[in-house]
Amino acid sequence: MSNIITSKDVHLYYGEKEALHGISLDFIEHQITALIGPSGCGKSTYLRCLNRMNDLIKGVTITGSIKLEDRDIYSPETDVVSLRKRVGMVFQQPNPFPFNVYENVAYGLRLAGERDKHVLDERVETSLKQAAIWDEVKDHLYENALAFSGGQQQRICVARVLAVQPEVILLDEPTSALDPISSAKIEDTLLNIRDQYTVIIVTHNMQQASRISDKTAFLLNGDLVEYAKTEKMFIHPDDEKTSDYLNGKFG
Amino acid sequence: MRELFDDELKKLHGRFVEMGLNISEQIYSSTKAFMEHDKQLAKEVIDADNETNGEEMRLEKQALSLIALQQPVATDFRVIISILKASSDLERIGDHAVSIARETIRVKGNPRIPKVEKEIAKMTDQVRDMLEKALDAYSKSDAEAAKQLSENDVQVDKQYLLIRDAITKAVEEDTETATASSSYFMVIRLLERIGDHIVNLAEWIVYSAVGKIVELNPGKANPELVHKLYSEEIVKEKDQPTSNQAKPK
Repeated sequence: MSNIITSKDVHLYYGEKEALHGISLDFIEHQITALIGPSGCGKSTYLRCLNRMNDLIKGVTITGSIKLEDRDIYSPETDVVSLRKRVGMVFQQPNPFPFNVYENVAYGLRLAGERDKHVLDERVETSLKQAAIWDEVKDHLYENALAFSGGQQQRICVARVLAVQPEVILLDEPTSALDPISSAKIEDTLLNIRDQYTVIIVTHNMQQASRISDKTAFLLNGDLVEYAKTEKMFIHPDDEKTSDYLNGKFG
Repeated sequence: MRELFDDELKKLHGRFVEMGLNISEQIYSSTKAFMEHDKQLAKEVIDADNETNGEEMRLEKQALSLIALQQPVATDFRVIISILKASSDLERIGDHAVSIARETIRVKGNPRIPKVEKEIAKMTDQVRDMLEKALDAYSKSDAEAAKQLSENDVQVDKQYLLIRDAITKAVEEDTETATASSSYFMVIRLLERIGDHIVNLAEWIVYSAVGKIVELNPGKANPELVHKLYSEEIVKEKDQPTSNQAKPK
């Protein structure tokens, strides 16, 4: 059980405004970690630091250190494309590309230069199976991915991330646009892939955090309030604020 | 997700039934030790209680964790709450078995009353029969069976009153049995309390199965009932000729 990502004293500023006040969090390999907290607490902002998605936003300054294994992801030598290959991301709104299912899943591999049809076929099938969507799409692989339901699209997006075999998968509220049945399928998917991937998920749904995660971090106003095993967090958190938030008293 | 929860729930069920069966065994062993003046067996019962307490703690921990992490509702919620409540009753029954075992050690070597001990054995059988029926009703989630077995508690209560009389009479006849008698009083009181805990358990079976909080203790529903049955039994005994009188001289 070693740490795959270690972050120390991460501050993030949007211009003058400080959005993260020094977050130190470590993520254990092959575990699911949930980041929870009310809107605006910084959980998505923090998550986006982990594969440098915030680089795309103007006026953002980040200090502190974030290491993937032992390499600082913000060092000048880091190649952002290969970083994002190792640390994949799934967003709140399902965002398949406007072409067929097969090409969606194969996209990252083709981008990486994979040409072998057998390899592509095998990887597409495996990824769709891991994402628990294979049975629903296997006879429709060449139909436009946008023709599927929101829940199915989201699982296709998970498959697209899995196809490039990242080590870490970041999910930013992946089920908040989905109905409970589709959400449950995504949750099943995450539990299925836990043995091979490290999963970090931002969620507004506390039940979701409690059901699937091994550890939970609670953020509030840009600070990390508490970080512990999920079971401990939901039964006897150390901080009164955590308890109040989990009980829906604010946020 | 669902599968994971169902697996956990199945484990919880299994643990609960196993704990129940162990407790039934404990009642058997503790009263056997008491009847047969078996100090060694009594010690084994006392030692085994640590295991029961540990098992209850593990059961509670698992149930609490399921509640906190899975937020069960409806049937699943009732099942888990019932196990949580019923396991406390099982644990108390285990404590009572230990107290019976302790009496074995205390009373050993003092003059005893065989007739009373025979009646205590009968009372033990009644109580164990109730517990086994309760575990069966639990396994089948059978509310009707739970209600029926609770009615047997009135027989246990009646047996308690009858044995109490027999002990008093025996001490009046032979004061040497006073030490044993105080133990007998204790043991029948404990068996009677075990009966009450089994009724509580039955109440949780009903809640789990049909979602109703009920009072199944026949003595509580009708406080006169036990005394009525007891008085009828006394009259019956007086009317019956004793075996000595029946023999022609």
